[in-house]
Amino acid sequence: MSTVADNINVGQKPEGLEGTGFFATRLEQVVGLARKNSIWPLPFATSCCGIEFMATMGAHYDLARFGSERLSFSPRQADLLMVMGTIAKKMGPVLKQVYEQMAEPRWVLSVGACASSGGIFDTYSVLQGIDRIIPVDVYVPGCPPRPEQIIDGVMKIQALVESESLRRRDSKEYKAMLNTYGIE
Amino acid sequence: MLYDFPVISLKQDKIVDVIKHLRDHAETKFQFLTTLCGIHYAEVNQIAVMYQLHNMVSNQRVRLKIYLPVENPVVQSLTSVFPGANWMERETYDFYGVKFEGHPNLKRILNVDEMIIFPLRKEYPLEDQVRVDKNDSMFGR
Repeated sequence: MSTVADNINVGQKPEGLEGTGFFATRLEQVVGLARKNSIWPLPFATSCCGIEFMATMGAHYDLARFGSERLSFSPRQADLLMVMGTIAKKMGPVLKQVYEQMAEPRWVLSVGACASSGGIFDTYSVLQGIDRIIPVDVYVPGCPPRPEQIIDGVMKIQALVESESLRRRDSKEYKAMLNTYGIE
Repeated sequence: MLYDFPVISLKQDKIVDVIKHLRDHAETKFQFLTTLCGIHYAEVNQIAVMYQLHNMVSNQRVRLKIYLPVENPVVQSLTSVFPGANWMERETYDFYGVKFEGHPNLKRILNVDEMIIFPLRKEYPLEDQVRVDKNDSMFGR
């Protein structure tokens, strides 16, 4: 191993017992560390926030720095659903199906005023916040938010992912929460 | 100038025949249906259906309007004369509840199928009433 360049940040190892030739720590922390730095987002972009997200993916802001290299428009193996833009009521069942097709553990980032609350579209055809049909972990404010804000939201998700207990998804509370959305 | 081309209001029962005549007659030749849509006149309790025709040869336009009662707006479908009316009549049904007799597939096109109202009629509030946590002053209420 050669020396690490100044401009590269290496992930901090978790707390644990250390000695010559061994390092012991909790499984949860290792899994959290791995998940946090290999988030696979599923972008669900419909409007202006989606354009800001494209900038976030581009070279200047570079979402890939967070290990989010694989942006795929498929729920297969994705674990972060990023909803960016206005969701019409007619689109609601589609979004919910996409969420249901993702495997646990999964997180949801709601980007911008429309996805979070319906935004200025306080009208008959627009879903007044995606949290009416799927649970949301982090909301990013703004109309549309700047790429820095989206990155801040991704980092907030990373903090959640890192610290989540491995048993959380099996808990009664989590299942009850999903049940309120009609998801088994 | 209020209107930039002739606007003709007429009784609804012969509308399809009138438009067919305007299309086929050698002197009128209005062979392009530009627009078809609904208008709700809440103050007189009527729904208008507006047809806009274009003569592509002489570049002349004409607008025809018929008036239907809000309680039961029924009119003959124009799809037999202009196939392009199909989509526009579905949209007019979706938003104003106008029933077009003879339309091959008269069901909602842009809104969710479960919707029970016709949202562009003026009898409904503009805002979605499901939210109670929004600051009204931001929405001009």
